[in-house]
Amino acid sequence: MPLVDVSHLVKHFVRDAGLFRAGTRVAAVDDVSFSIHEGETFGLVGESGSGKTTTGRCMLRLIEPTSGDVRFRGENVLGFSKSRLREARREMQIVFQDPYSSLNPRMRARVIVEEPLVIHKLGDRAARRARVAELFQLVGLDRSHLDRFPHEFSGGQRQRIGLARALALNPSFLILDEPVSALDVSVQAQVVNLLMDLQQRLKLTYLFIAHDLRLVEHICGRIAVMYLGKIVEMGPAAAIFAAPQHPYTRALLSAIPVPDPDAPRHRLMLDPASVNREAALREVAAGHWAAV
Amino acid sequence: MADEPLLRVENLTTVFDLPGGAVPAVDDISFEIRAGETLGLVGESGSGKSVTALSIMRLVQPPGRVAGGRLLFKGRDLSTLDERDMRRVRGADIALIFQEPMTALNPVFRIGDQIAETLRVHGRASRAEAAAKAVELLDAVRIPDAAARVRDYPHQLSGGMRQRVLIAMALACQPALVIADEPTTALDVTIQAEILDLLRDMKARFRLSLLLITHDLGVIAETADRVAVMYAGRIVETGPVRALFQNPSHPYTRGLLASIPGGAPGHRLKAIEGSVPRLGALPSGCAFGPRCPDRFDLCATAPPPDYPVGADHTAKCYLYAPHSALRTPHSNASR
Repeated sequence: MPLVDVSHLVKHFVRDAGLFRAGTRVAAVDDVSFSIHEGETFGLVGESGSGKTTTGRCMLRLIEPTSGDVRFRGENVLGFSKSRLREARREMQIVFQDPYSSLNPRMRARVIVEEPLVIHKLGDRAARRARVAELFQLVGLDRSHLDRFPHEFSGGQRQRIGLARALALNPSFLILDEPVSALDVSVQAQVVNLLMDLQQRLKLTYLFIAHDLRLVEHICGRIAVMYLGKIVEMGPAAAIFAAPQHPYTRALLSAIPVPDPDAPRHRLMLDPASVNREAALREVAAGHWAAV
Repeated sequence: MADEPLLRVENLTTVFDLPGGAVPAVDDISFEIRAGETLGLVGESGSGKSVTALSIMRLVQPPGRVAGGRLLFKGRDLSTLDERDMRRVRGADIALIFQEPMTALNPVFRIGDQIAETLRVHGRASRAEAAAKAVELLDAVRIPDAAARVRDYPHQLSGGMRQRVLIAMALACQPALVIADEPTTALDVTIQAEILDLLRDMKARFRLSLLLITHDLGVIAETADRVAVMYAGRIVETGPVRALFQNPSHPYTRGLLASIPGGAPGHRLKAIEGSVPRLGALPSGCAFGPRCPDRFDLCATAPPPDYPVGADHTAKCYLYAPHSALRTPHSNASR
């Protein structure tokens, strides 16, 4: 049984609605299905507006989906009561992209990391204190910085604080929404290494949402490529990077700038008219699906 | 005069006057841009690359100020011009393209009118001519159905289309030099590829020189002829693009290239330890010293000067000091 199973997930937003105007319905997530196995890093790739972030948020019900099914260890998250959902969120956590806006600037680092423990009423004061110190060490932060405020940390350190907070409740599943894209190149690699270390040590399962394809290729076992709310291709990262099948995947991969002045360039432009929006995913090779 | 560079920046220093004293954001940098070439300026946030662009345009706002150096454009020192003459240079001789096209365009004016205004301000066209020229320019930057789109407002366009409008505005007065500051950072990768293609085409068509500022070494490899790498306000390495990628010499450049994801999937990336130092809290000697895997005693003594590492290729690193210099570092390191 997969750890997480998303099937036929749909999220409609209403656009341009006014007092006397119904507005138009936009399918941000349009019948998306995938499953994530325990211990794997599953990449959700796409450009802005593809629906990848909305998909991640619907899975934790930070946004309520319109329809579909999200099963975690076989239980339907969308059917959970409020209290059951709060309980479930101990197991499923999210790390946001921007470490500058996702941390409360008026809270000290120790309070930010401790907060989930307080909300879930875990441990007494001394136990929470010890747990926070342990989490600081786990993500490679200096304990002497526990009482600092977010602005006193660099971007990379702030993202470590966000990670420590997400790990406070000992989750088994983390949604990482563009976790390093706001960081400088030289710092990105540190945080990526930390994520890979933590996954091994804590047996974590990741949903990695990103637009940086080089990074996705490096850390994800399987990926799904989203385009205009739909998954157009899904399968082992190695297979998709070696032989992309969908015209959008091909255009996307050919657009990655290669850090080698002598690399040959074959840029493929996507003609949106060439994409059959109604095509269903079919298996083109073992475990490799494409909507072609 | 034939090999006189279009722009020669000599010993530019730009400081910010903060309560604790003047802090250099750009620290004694020198480089040149030759006619028709693209110079890529790479660096991370806080390295001083955007301040360099603003300094050239004389657009640094207080508490920042240019504290020294010369900006020789076609042989004329821009730093000596009065504001009126400088205003003629901006747009007409040197144009600037910003990262965020939504904030660089005025949301309440039609894009055609904004392009036409550039032309009229510089006395390049009458009202009627300017309107026609705006359509021509939008067409040149491959905006489909340009004659209709001139009447659009910025919010009606996608990010990529807005960046095209900014490029059209930059090209309006046929400047000799275009400075593009992270022109594709806010864009999706497929749109980025289109904009980089467009910049390359425009450069050839209008015989431009380009100063391309970016943090992305992939963009540099695809676009630049020569590269300057900035770290903590200094240019630590400069050279032809191929030499720099094949033989990166400064340990910082090597670290940047090594930290790009690649190689065997699932393996640890080669990260640069530590983080970029804060302005005003630079270590003595080489600013990269504390993070450098190759540092030795000399590195903390004084900032290293440029040492040649190849043809037209230099690095500010004592690894390349001749042996005699190692014995008397202070005489060598003094500027």
